[in-house]
Amino acid sequence: MSIRSSALLSLYVGFFLIFLYAPTLLLPLFAFNDSTIVAFPLSGFTTAWFAGLLDVPALHEATINSLAVALTSAVLATCLGILAARATTRYRFRLMHGMLGLIMLPMVLPEMIIAVAFLVVILHLGFSLSLFSIILGHVLLCTPFSVAILRTAFQGLDHNYEDASTDLGYSRWATFRLIIVPMVLPGVVASLLISFTISLDEFIIAFFLSGTETTLPVYIWGQLRFPQRVPNVLALGTLLLAISLGLMITAEFFRRRGLRKLGLSTQESVL
Amino acid sequence: MVQAGLFHMILRSCRRAVAPSPGLVLISPPFLYALILLAAPIVGVVMLSFWSQDFLEIQRDFTFANYQTAWTERVYQVLMLRSIKVALLVTVATVLLAFPMAYFLSFHIPKRRKQLWLFLITIPFWTSYLVRIFLWKVILGYNGVINGTLTTLGIIDEPLRFILYNQAAVVMTLSHAWAPFAVLPIYVALEKIDRSLLEASVDLGDGPLRRFFRITLPLAMPGVVAAVLIVFIPTVGDYITPNLVGGPNGLMIANMIEVQFKKANNDPLGAALALSAMALVGTMALLFIWATRKYLRSPS
Repeated sequence: MSIRSSALLSLYVGFFLIFLYAPTLLLPLFAFNDSTIVAFPLSGFTTAWFAGLLDVPALHEATINSLAVALTSAVLATCLGILAARATTRYRFRLMHGMLGLIMLPMVLPEMIIAVAFLVVILHLGFSLSLFSIILGHVLLCTPFSVAILRTAFQGLDHNYEDASTDLGYSRWATFRLIIVPMVLPGVVASLLISFTISLDEFIIAFFLSGTETTLPVYIWGQLRFPQRVPNVLALGTLLLAISLGLMITAEFFRRRGLRKLGLSTQESVL
Repeated sequence: MVQAGLFHMILRSCRRAVAPSPGLVLISPPFLYALILLAAPIVGVVMLSFWSQDFLEIQRDFTFANYQTAWTERVYQVLMLRSIKVALLVTVATVLLAFPMAYFLSFHIPKRRKQLWLFLITIPFWTSYLVRIFLWKVILGYNGVINGTLTTLGIIDEPLRFILYNQAAVVMTLSHAWAPFAVLPIYVALEKIDRSLLEASVDLGDGPLRRFFRITLPLAMPGVVAAVLIVFIPTVGDYITPNLVGGPNGLMIANMIEVQFKKANNDPLGAALALSAMALVGTMALLFIWATRKYLRSPS
């Protein structure tokens, strides 16, 4: 490639990154800006918007709900993910691809469809909407991501280790506990973290299925209607970004450590 | 001895036939979960779409009326076509934006730096989706970042009104939201290209442009196809973006589905609209996959 077109490409990448980062960079900027109007020029530094988050009971309730939903969904999705990943990487059976296909389907389905389908079934069977219905939806949504991550972890698992362990007299349970679990643990941690993050950020399903109890994104959605609440929302968004980033970096760290354990290259990424 | 062996074999084959494979046992819980909570509810939606609703009462008489309304009434036609149009524009814009970035990542970044760059591209994606879309409203708004800055700098006297609350704003916001999802599959496909093929093409006298269209692009097509599907399918059903930055002329089919289920109390029509959108999107996706397969098989 000629030097000129190479420079042109670099310039494009610069613009692309600015476009990509524009909202993310503005978020903390205006979260600390001392003005209720979100526009340039900035008028001064303040942490008042963050402090203002401390005395809103509805926000705290939504946060606790969101954490409970995300934690439960992450654990359940990862359990289902472990089963599906182990089944499809270790064994071959009839209809395997069809079954896996159905499990992975929520990944490509518009969330609207899942939300509507859940709403129809829950309401027409006469159940009431609660955090539990949101959890059911989120598990469905997170399981495909969990399966995708864990399949890589289980694929790297050499059958010879298991065979060697059995040959040396360990029971199947001991083999599972001493050989398989330590080797796939990083994948499990990564799956938990990514499922947690997806559930924490999910809006449509939570919006359709929440009754009186709301989650954080549904609370934020309600706040967006009031212009004077915008700086608080931006402060909240900044906090959420920091938490998600922390979780993603931890997930990536565990995933890489896992790959190194299996003696694989860390160049591939699930993200 | 032979008989005993034979008996043993028969017994074993019987046991194999009766006892399910361990894989089947393992996959049962996640499969049943998806069957009960995804397949069954979708069947429920299909049934609902053939019923009708009289205020809060569901009438269980089979009728095509909902589909007739969904496909013939002007307002639904407009929303459906707009959703498809916006999704197509978003897909084209996103893939065109993402391709050079993926190309740069694959061909211009040293191997040990690639992980870091990939991470760099996915960071903005971890801002809360809702907040991210809302920030575009802040950037594009009447008193927003762009208008505020341009007015302060004296470039414009009046804030620009045409940059928010229209379809263009929806397309731009969604292109931004999907950009990382399009970069990654294209990047993976580009990484798989055998570099010696590129050298061979140059050795055989291809210029950079010819090489790109004869070698790089066809081999990157699986990634492009994946990117198109990843972006196009969910975009048709997007709810938040049209609601926040679309304005009255930017609303899409998902907003109407929500209205039918909540305010209008017409669940069957909402179900018919959702299924019609899904069928339309599914058909378009299959046609697209078929067309690209045909293109890749044809000698060029």
